[in-house]
Amino acid sequence: MSEDTIARLRENVIQGRKTEDDEGIDEDLTGPGVLELTQQALDEGIPTDAIITQGLTAGMEVVGEKFATKEYFIPDMLASAESVGAAMDVLKPYLEASNVEPKGKFAIATVKGDIHDIGKNIVAILLKGQGYQVEDLGTDVSADKIVEYVRTEKPDYLGLSALLTTTMVEMGEVVSALKDNGLRESVRVLIGGAAVSDEYAREIGVDAYCADGFAAIRTLDEFK
Amino acid sequence: MPREGILIERPLERLSREQVEILHQASVEILKEPGLISFNKEAADLFHSHGAEVTAVNSGEHPCWQVRIPERLVAEALAKAPKTVKLGARSEDNSLVMKGDEPRVHWISGSETNIWLEVDFPTYVKKSDPGVEIQVPEFHARRGTVADLCQSAHVCEQLETLGGYIRTVNIQDIDITAQNKDVNKYFASLNNTTKHVMSGLTSLSQLDNVVRMAEIIAGGEDRLKENPLISFITCLVKSPLQFVEDTTDTFIAICRRGLPVVVSSAPQAGSTAPVKEDGIMAQINAEVLAGITLGQLVNPGTPVIYGSVPVRARLDNLADSYGCPETSQYNVDCVQLARYYKLPCYATSGVCDSKQPGMQTSVERLFSDILVTLSGPQYLHCAYGLLDCNSIFCLLQAVLDDAHFKMIEFFLRPPLIDEEEIAKTLKQVRDVAATPQKLYIKYIRPLMRSGQLSQPYPFEGDGEKDNAFRLAYDKMNELLATPVQHIDEATTRRIFDEIPGLLPRLNSYIEGRQ
Repeated sequence: MSEDTIARLRENVIQGRKTEDDEGIDEDLTGPGVLELTQQALDEGIPTDAIITQGLTAGMEVVGEKFATKEYFIPDMLASAESVGAAMDVLKPYLEASNVEPKGKFAIATVKGDIHDIGKNIVAILLKGQGYQVEDLGTDVSADKIVEYVRTEKPDYLGLSALLTTTMVEMGEVVSALKDNGLRESVRVLIGGAAVSDEYAREIGVDAYCADGFAAIRTLDEFK
Repeated sequence: MPREGILIERPLERLSREQVEILHQASVEILKEPGLISFNKEAADLFHSHGAEVTAVNSGEHPCWQVRIPERLVAEALAKAPKTVKLGARSEDNSLVMKGDEPRVHWISGSETNIWLEVDFPTYVKKSDPGVEIQVPEFHARRGTVADLCQSAHVCEQLETLGGYIRTVNIQDIDITAQNKDVNKYFASLNNTTKHVMSGLTSLSQLDNVVRMAEIIAGGEDRLKENPLISFITCLVKSPLQFVEDTTDTFIAICRRGLPVVVSSAPQAGSTAPVKEDGIMAQINAEVLAGITLGQLVNPGTPVIYGSVPVRARLDNLADSYGCPETSQYNVDCVQLARYYKLPCYATSGVCDSKQPGMQTSVERLFSDILVTLSGPQYLHCAYGLLDCNSIFCLLQAVLDDAHFKMIEFFLRPPLIDEEEIAKTLKQVRDVAATPQKLYIKYIRPLMRSGQLSQPYPFEGDGEKDNAFRLAYDKMNELLATPVQHIDEATTRRIFDEIPGLLPRLNSYIEGRQ
């Protein structure tokens, strides 16, 4: 029974069905989605680490392979990642008691003066789907607010996003403010967005430039 | 079931109803005075016997006649001309049913070029940095051969958007003569495509052999009438306003056999027609109406197609300028005139002034392909692979064109907007508005899987490289390598037994074939 639930959970991750109301790729696949199956697995007493590793992560690995071979497109990847992210919220209260090694806390924000958040939101979904604890600070976030968050919440990673050439300079302000407050070494800083580049990342002294959410996943893997 | 084509729900029209009628009336006036000069005696006699005013003209060594055509004859011919014309095909699924009042477009290859453009991709090394190599396409022109025609027909068979085949290259092999060219070009085409085959005729003496060949393939004379897998294009009127002797003979002979025929005229605005839009339109319409009238006098009910190949003159050398916007204007106007008469229309687009694939080619071709398609001609000679007006054919360009027509085809899908759909969309908007991320991305998936979203450009390179030529070249070679659907062995044997002049190397069932 447990194996069946885990297998169905994995399949629904692959299909990107967050809830029973969602359509997957296979039209014939109906019934409970990832959220309902995660709850069902808990109810059946399946250990949290098994739910994560054999169900959610195993499903995401298949999704990643399908994306790499161009069988899947970004909407498929996001649907699966969003399902896993939602499942992780359900599992959150059980994580401390489990053997699952946390991947780390990732804070993400669009910098001050910029309200564009499509890219930031996609990165947040993808990273949450990979098992990171993602804290979205929103858009138009000032350097002071970011520094305060880093000081109090101690994230492992900080992602900064900017679409505009006029607002990307604010990323440099955040880095300076982190340095001024003695926090720069406590957190790895990643930047992304249409206006920025690898060269700009080096110029302002951050740890990485990520062209998209997938680059962010690869970069974080390389950090480990 | 015939090919579906693309139905244009709301065709592009440049002319008001009043302007169409002004042009029609002007054409009628032209047909009355000055009328046409006929260098063909049979045509002059036919017009005379049906009440046209025909007078001998003393104009040098060739006898000719001034033919003044009364409006009544034109009206009677238009009433007799079929309003629906079927062009059959070896595979009947590829047949085309063209209704004069229905703007359903079929995209067609052609025309006959002398030059076949080969493509190669040599590697160049950067002088200042020998570690850097790039591949650049090089184009080599040579005379077209019957083997090229076979290859072109085979590739065109597989181009999904292409609805029918007009031969793309003039066969200039050493063993091709005026007397065997027609049978070989029709056979090479028919043996390599199951789509409709249209061509002009080089020699009237070969008409019987070409028709007999088609009858053998179709399964008999009656079957060919039901499924006319070949048709003809004739430019019997030379602009301005002259029935040509030999082509008119050919046209009359085709009409007698009752096979579909395009009555085409190709005036050049500025030299052989007035440069003003109203002038070239009134004249080309008069020329096509004169041909249609003759066809219906020869054999009432002959399936005729209103053919238009108007073009503007270049001002630097008076050559044709197919790439200029006026040429598209003329073609769109002609489509509207044909629809006024409820006759199926052969129109022209995609012919360009540029001489090899590249930016100019893409701009000129897409400009006219989109606009003339939108006007809704039933048979759009959109010249897959044609370059340098009608001088060069490049198979690589034909493969590129197919990809571009797929984009046009996608654009012309009817909008899916109704009460049921909008209700679903409103729910989607409200659902997304209630989420923190406010993204619609998850709703893409069902549309993506069901083919409701267009695919990326198939020849898109990686990163910042424009690799379209190389990728299209690979696709071209992939298509060339696929098996050919030849005519079956028994039919091929009959054709070679009964039709004189066929090159043995075209027989698919003997060694050394092409």
